[in-house]
Amino acid sequence: MSSFWSTWIIVLTIACIVFCAVILTWNLKNHVGVKEGESTGHDFDGIEEINNPLPKWWTYMFYATLIWSVYYFAAYPGLGNYKGFLNWTSSNQGIKNLAESKAAVEQNKLEGKNVQLDREYAAANETYAKEFAKYTNRDIMDLAYDPEALKIGQRLFLQNCAQCHGSDARGQRGYPNLTDDDWLYGGTPDKIKETLLYGRKAAMPGWGDALGEQGIKEMTAYVLSLSGRKVNDKEAAAGKTKFGMCAACHGADGKGSLAHNLPFGAPNLTDNVWLYGGSHGAVEETLVKGRNGQMPAFKEILGEEKIHIISAYVYRLSRPEESSK
Amino acid sequence: MSKNYHEFFEKSAGWLAIGTVVAISFGTLVEITPLLFLKETTEPVDGLKPYTALQLEGRDIFIREGCTNCHSQMIRPFRHEVERYGHYSVAGESVWEHPFLWGSKRTGPDLARVGGRYSDDWHHAHLMDPRSVVPQSNMPGYPWLDENLLDGELTPKKMEIFNKLTKGKMHANDEDGVMYSAEEIAAATDSVKGKTEMQALIAYLQSLGTALK
Repeated sequence: MSSFWSTWIIVLTIACIVFCAVILTWNLKNHVGVKEGESTGHDFDGIEEINNPLPKWWTYMFYATLIWSVYYFAAYPGLGNYKGFLNWTSSNQGIKNLAESKAAVEQNKLEGKNVQLDREYAAANETYAKEFAKYTNRDIMDLAYDPEALKIGQRLFLQNCAQCHGSDARGQRGYPNLTDDDWLYGGTPDKIKETLLYGRKAAMPGWGDALGEQGIKEMTAYVLSLSGRKVNDKEAAAGKTKFGMCAACHGADGKGSLAHNLPFGAPNLTDNVWLYGGSHGAVEETLVKGRNGQMPAFKEILGEEKIHIISAYVYRLSRPEESSK
Repeated sequence: MSKNYHEFFEKSAGWLAIGTVVAISFGTLVEITPLLFLKETTEPVDGLKPYTALQLEGRDIFIREGCTNCHSQMIRPFRHEVERYGHYSVAGESVWEHPFLWGSKRTGPDLARVGGRYSDDWHHAHLMDPRSVVPQSNMPGYPWLDENLLDGELTPKKMEIFNKLTKGKMHANDEDGVMYSAEEIAAATDSVKGKTEMQALIAYLQSLGTALK
């Protein structure tokens, strides 16, 4: 803050306090020209105004707040650039990017500064860091069979993942079911962790224009036939001839990108798991408009320690029966 | 007995009003006026980008639908807030906001850093019918947003107003020193025309809080 504004604040603030003190003190004396307890001569509708002094309890409280304000301005930052003898701040100010924010936290630690938020974090770290540290260096496979780790994982899942995947993790239309051991990007511990850390972005293009109405009908029939559904054979056969354009991601056999070790997240079309619905209409809609499923990246939001534990929880979701590996 | 000095204020409504204004202006003069001139409150954070035309329209829909009545956009520097929502809000993120939408009521969660937290599809499903994705939610649905189309007629005007309001508050290395160039303003109508209000609102939501990085 420039010294002008600092001075401005200091002068006005102190003037305000002094002004209050002077007015209060001045009003403790009788300036009305009528003796205390006597009528001021004003009356209205039979109600008379008596010249009574200010209530004592009220006066003392007013003085108490004035005294408190003097202490407050001495201890805390309030008077312009003066920092207060407690050297307290709520957080680091004037931050322009995250790197600056992190650097400021480190700097405060070195200087022993009294920053409220940093102190809250330090206190929490003392309690929780050792809890997370217990799990950080252990294998996800190992944690997946540790009841304590699973409990923590469940809490974190409910707070951060349930909005899309549901509190029972069974997903919903557009959000994968995590309990069925059917995976788009891989269900190994490492793959699950990768998904959580960096997110996923699926891109199924819309084929409405390319295939035309008849083409979509035929392709829908063929796609449904892949999972053994009863369809119009003639349509399905016609759809099959055009499946080449789908094969790039879903594989020529329609078993999905994962079966072919490809990272596209293209679902297996031969099973009966449908991310966007397996009805005739839903598959048709998918083909016409395309789908753009997206899993957000949680690395910055949750940090790697928590994601490590959630990964174990998610891994275990589709293997509830196993008690150990 | 001395003269009753109070009578001066008691018997003149005009002077009483002036005296009242003087008394209550101390707070404004001390707490607000200096902020208009501080570097920290007038310089943007490094990553701050102007809203795109679509995001700008989405922001107006956010205002129109009264989202601020239930959602704040201000993460306070407390651990329990930072843990839940992300890095506390800093002044440099709001220097181009007119009006700011910090809000003061949280019936729903804070939205200051909601950008990138959910997918566009999730926002669509959630705004159409919040209970379809969050069963315990008490937020109303906003299905009409998916039907109303933007015509973009006023978009260029809004951008020009933002140019005026943010004058002198752009990044130090910004050469033209305006938020929107003449070309961007000229292209604005076409870029939003025909898009749904839903698309605009989602674009706005996805931009929130992503400037601090």
